[in-house]
Amino acid sequence: MKTRLVERSYSRGRATTVQPSLKSGEGSKIEKAITINRSPEEIYSFWRQLENLPRFMQHVQSVTQTGEGISHWVVKTSHDRTLEWDARLIEDKPGQMLSWQSLEDADVDNAGSVWFTPATGGRGTVVKVSMKYSPPGGKFGTMLSKLFGDSAEKEMSEDLFHLKSLLETGEAPTTEGQPQGSNK
Amino acid sequence: MRALCWHGREDVRVEKVPDPKILNPHDAIVRITTTAICGSNLHLYGGFVPGMEKGDILGHEFMGEVVEIGSAVKNLKKGDRVVVPFTISCGQCFFCQKKLWALCDNTNPNPHESEMETGYPSSGLYGYSHTNGGYAGGQAEYVRVPFADVGPLKIPDGIPDDQVIFLSDIFPTGYQAAENCNIQPGDTVAVWGCGPVGQFAIKSAFLLGAERVLAIDDVPERLEMARQSGAQTITANGHTFEDIKEATGGMGPDSCIDAVGLEAHGSTADAKMDKAKASVKLTTDRPHVLRQAIHACRKGGTVSVPGVYMGALDKFPFGTAFGKGLNIRMGQTHVQNYMRPLLKRIEDGDIDPSFVITHRLNLNDAPEGYRAFRDKHDKCIKVVLKP
Repeated sequence: MKTRLVERSYSRGRATTVQPSLKSGEGSKIEKAITINRSPEEIYSFWRQLENLPRFMQHVQSVTQTGEGISHWVVKTSHDRTLEWDARLIEDKPGQMLSWQSLEDADVDNAGSVWFTPATGGRGTVVKVSMKYSPPGGKFGTMLSKLFGDSAEKEMSEDLFHLKSLLETGEAPTTEGQPQGSNK
Repeated sequence: MRALCWHGREDVRVEKVPDPKILNPHDAIVRITTTAICGSNLHLYGGFVPGMEKGDILGHEFMGEVVEIGSAVKNLKKGDRVVVPFTISCGQCFFCQKKLWALCDNTNPNPHESEMETGYPSSGLYGYSHTNGGYAGGQAEYVRVPFADVGPLKIPDGIPDDQVIFLSDIFPTGYQAAENCNIQPGDTVAVWGCGPVGQFAIKSAFLLGAERVLAIDDVPERLEMARQSGAQTITANGHTFEDIKEATGGMGPDSCIDAVGLEAHGSTADAKMDKAKASVKLTTDRPHVLRQAIHACRKGGTVSVPGVYMGALDKFPFGTAFGKGLNIRMGQTHVQNYMRPLLKRIEDGDIDPSFVITHRLNLNDAPEGYRAFRDKHDKCIKVVLKP
C-alpha cells in the first residue's frame, strides 16, 4: 500500500481547495466539520503539538514526534491490539491548516488534512477534517474493520466533539469510572 | 453507598454500589440530603425511553452538601449546601453563553447517538438515557456533579431542604412553561396535567400575572391542590374542549400548557388509538393532550410544552396550529436561569414549594415510592426521599 498526493496547489487561494489523498479511487474518505468557540491560532497550536492528539482521539494511544515533521503513531483497536505507523507532516500553515500522510509500510495507510477557518459572526473557528485511509482487507482486515469500518464516522464525530469540549472547557466529558448497579 | 438502580420496565432496586469519584477537574462530589422522584422518572420506569442500561442510577432532583471538589472548581468548597440543576451545562459553549443551558454542547460523553437522532448532540442529564450521556443520578447517598462551578446553587442555612429541593427541576420547569406563555394582564392560562410540574405551572402563571388559570386533570386530589392555588378546575372527560371553550366565553385560553407529555391517558378516540399503537410499538408517544391543547388554544395564542416528548408524533394537528397562528414553545428547562430568582421568591415568602409534597420516604423505600407515584396510590403527588 502506498500513499501519494494527488493535488499540490497550496500556495494560492484558500487552503480548502487541496488535500492529500490515497491514489484516486482507493481508500475510504471521511469528512467532518465542527465549530469551536476558540481562535484558529489557539486550536492550530493545540493540534500542532501532536502529543495532544490522544487527549481527544479515543483510539490513539500516543503520538510521538520522532524527527523533523515525522511522528510515530500508536493506535489501540477495540480488541486491545495495537497498530503503529510513522506519518509525515506534508503541509503546515500556522493558524490555518495541517496535512499529513503515513509513510510506506504503515499498518494503516492514511492521509488527511485539517483546516482552521474563522467562523462567521465571531463564533470561533470551523475545524474541518478530511481523512482517507485504505479499506479494510488483507492481514489487518478484521482489526481495521473494528477500528475504522462502519464506526469510522462515529469515531471522528466523537473525537471532534471531545476536542471542542477540551478546548472550550478544559476537559472532555466522561462517565468512565462512575458507579453503576449490577447488570443482572 | 446505596443507590436506586434501573433494571428494566417497572423494575428499580436499591443496591450497594461504589461511591462516586472525581473524574474531571471541574467535578464535585455531593452528599445527598434530599432527592425526589420526578414525573419523567416514570417515563424511564415505564420503559418508554430508549438508551437505558441495567444498573443505571436514576434521579435528577437532588441537593446536599459538597464533600469533595476537583482541582479546577473555584466557586464551591467543602461543606457548601447546594441544589443541583438536572441539566449539566459547561458554561462556555455557544449555547450556555446564550443561556440555553439545557442545550449545552459539551457535557454529553456520547454525543454521536443524539446527533444521529436529532441532527446535533444533546446535553448531559443526570440519571437519564445514555443518549443524554448516561450520567449516574442522585437517588443515592452521593453523586458526582460535573462542571460544579456552573450549575449548583448555594443555599443559605435556615431554609429547609423541602422548600428548595424543587429548584433542581420542577419549580423552574413549571415557571419556564408559564414564562414561555408571555402572560399579559387579563390572560387565561389553561394547564393540562396537575402533577407536580402542572402545580408549579399554575403557581407560576399567577406569579407572572395571569388573571385566571384553568387546571385540567381527572385525579380529584390533584384538582383539589390546583384549586388551593387559585385555579378553576375542569375534570378531564369526553367533553373537555367544550368545557374549556365555555369557561372562556367561546374565545379559548390565551395560553395552553401541556404538563403531561408523552404518556397522556384519555378517553377520546385519538387517545385510544395512541394507546393501541404504543402497545404494539407502532408509536412511542401518546400526544393526546398536545392535540387537545392545540385545538383548545385561542387563535394567535401560545402552546407551551414542558411535558416530555421523545419521538415522531402521530396525527399531530399541524394544520390547526398553522391555521390559528399559534406560538409553540417547548424544550427541557434552562434551570440555571431560574434558580436564583426563584430562590429569592422563596426567601421573600411568595411561594413555599413544599406544598406539592405528599410522601416522604427513605431511599430504601424508593421502589415503593415509584409504584405509588405511578399508580397515584394513596393520593400520591410528589415523593421526596432521604438517603
